[in-house]
Amino acid sequence: MKFVLTTTALALILAAPAFADIKIGATISETGPASFLGDPEAKTLKLLVEEINAAGGVNGEKLELVIYDDGGDPNKARTFATRLVEDDEVVAVIGGTTTGTSMAIIPVFEDAEVPFISLAGAIEIIDPVKTYTFKTPHTDRMACAKIFEDMKKNAITKIGMISGSDGFGASMHKQCLSIVGDYGIEVLADETYGPTDADMTPQLTNIKGKDGIQAVLNPGFGQGPAIVTRNYAQLAVGLPLYQSHGVASDGFIELAGAEAAEGVRLPGTALLVAGLLPENDPQRAVVVAYKEAYEKATGKPVSTFGGYAHDALRILVDAITRAGSAEPSDIRDAIEGTKGLVGTTGTVTMTAEDHLGLDLSAFRMLQIEKGGWKIVE
Amino acid sequence: MRLSSKATTLLILAAVIAIAPVFFPSSYYFRVGSLIFVNGLAVTGLVILIGYAGQISLGHAGFAGIGAYACALAPVHLGLHPALAAVLGALLSAAIAYLVGRPILRLKGYYLAVTSLGFGILVSMVLSNEAQLTGGPDGMAVPELGLRAVLKAIGIDLSNTEFWYAFSGLVLVLGAWLALNLYHSPTGRALRALHGSEVAARTVGVDVAHYKLVAFVLSAIYASVSGSLLALQNKFITPDVAGFMHSIEMVTMTVLGGAGSVLGAILGAAILTTLPQVLTIFQEYEQLMLGLVMMLVMIFMREGLLPSITRRIRGRAE
Repeated sequence: MKFVLTTTALALILAAPAFADIKIGATISETGPASFLGDPEAKTLKLLVEEINAAGGVNGEKLELVIYDDGGDPNKARTFATRLVEDDEVVAVIGGTTTGTSMAIIPVFEDAEVPFISLAGAIEIIDPVKTYTFKTPHTDRMACAKIFEDMKKNAITKIGMISGSDGFGASMHKQCLSIVGDYGIEVLADETYGPTDADMTPQLTNIKGKDGIQAVLNPGFGQGPAIVTRNYAQLAVGLPLYQSHGVASDGFIELAGAEAAEGVRLPGTALLVAGLLPENDPQRAVVVAYKEAYEKATGKPVSTFGGYAHDALRILVDAITRAGSAEPSDIRDAIEGTKGLVGTTGTVTMTAEDHLGLDLSAFRMLQIEKGGWKIVE
Repeated sequence: MRLSSKATTLLILAAVIAIAPVFFPSSYYFRVGSLIFVNGLAVTGLVILIGYAGQISLGHAGFAGIGAYACALAPVHLGLHPALAAVLGALLSAAIAYLVGRPILRLKGYYLAVTSLGFGILVSMVLSNEAQLTGGPDGMAVPELGLRAVLKAIGIDLSNTEFWYAFSGLVLVLGAWLALNLYHSPTGRALRALHGSEVAARTVGVDVAHYKLVAFVLSAIYASVSGSLLALQNKFITPDVAGFMHSIEMVTMTVLGGAGSVLGAILGAAILTTLPQVLTIFQEYEQLMLGLVMMLVMIFMREGLLPSITRRIRGRAE
């Protein structure tokens, strides 16, 4: 009897390490000004970790998610990042909802040599490439490229721009101007508006008055683009209007009104038009599964931003599985070796020079028709 | 022999800073510690303004922003060493505080609060909107101070968090020492006199406008240095440092711990810096808890935590 007990005890002790959890960390802006980004991200991470654990975990080990809410404050994010690395001793971190928080915490992970997957847009995060830093959302520059490609296809060579002066609008404005020449497109009018402005009629009148403009592009975020769209319809400018990926949501159509938004074009992700994707689309299965799971669990419509977190976790889990180890340096190498992983934003293939791994096929050119979306390529 | 209150305060402060690391299980605690010291420094400045001189400012994060961005911008554009950039930031803050303080310190109570609030918001707006210079809301990188490398060369090898714990702790003790000296100086007495009654102070020959300005400028320098320390420690800075919430946090820390006492205000900074870390499990209730603590202190300990508690311990409770 004693022997049996001893062996059982011994077996338990020996077996225990095999069930040791893999600890992954996250610092997300669940509250504060960026909560509309951070809230779906946090919900997605919690949902997926539960799902993965219910299905048996990763390499037979359960995932443990340590998640902190930085409220969008880069200083707080930095403290939580230090805490994740030093105190919680996680093997990898997802997070940095905004560019500010991401840039503030990158040095922590580079110092501690822990892989970090950012959920923020700016290209500065991965350019120049940093050894331990990756990201999932496509960059503003890619959105600009996608829009300019579509303009070129429609023989548009002279455009007017009206940009928000908030972080998103300003960054995308800069990126668009830096590559516009490559597409043989000329910017004849360049107007801006403040993030809380209630009327953009004067700027749009200026653009309308410029001779030769063939289309208008509006890099912006939040309510600004909706007001631009409405004023644009009121002024009957009559030229194609391009919006950015920053407003690729059903909320935008509601805010601008279906009538004013009719015909507006913008680059969006497959997630937004999950139901419209053709059966043979490689992303269809992934986005439909995520959309259904998210909407069932939260009762809220799925958003692009939650999709960023979805992709980050998938990349991480895929890397841990391939590495067969939960050592931060092994995980990092495996993330860099990610190949053909289908996510909500596109198909990810990373290299030592490319820590984003997306190309322009990540975006779908969408057009608003009768208050709904239509894929136009 | 009984120690003077100044020596006691400095001894307690230095002892806590020196002994606390013994109990730190990981280097993350050094990070929290250094944040407490950085906030503590800004709050010590506010003790001079609020506690000594009885003036209010809801815009001191603006000066922290100036100090922080000086460390980010001056090395890039003027080629200054980051340490000199911090000094430049402090001088700039002092100059701006002088120019802004002259007109606004004529105002009292709510009017002063609202005007100073406007100043803070202006600074954060400039930092957000001048994107080509400051990087806008996405922030910008700050160069390395380089002191850690110097220490390593002479054989003192500290990790990043350990170094900033020690360095900001040292700056805090220095700042507290200066503030305590000021308290017992003729300027300090003038400040306390005008706090008690401006009319009475003027009657006995105190130049009220001048001394208010002195307190305002000094507290701006403290805030600026604290902003510089934060920027150099994080090596990255965003306009949030100059944000409205940061100003409010500073005043809350000061009032919570006890505006009249340097040690009390630093205790307030320690509590409000640690609280969000302790309350991560109840993150949704963080603001609620903060509000509750604040209300309880305002109702039951009107002088702030530390002064009220010491008074009670000494058995002189009213």
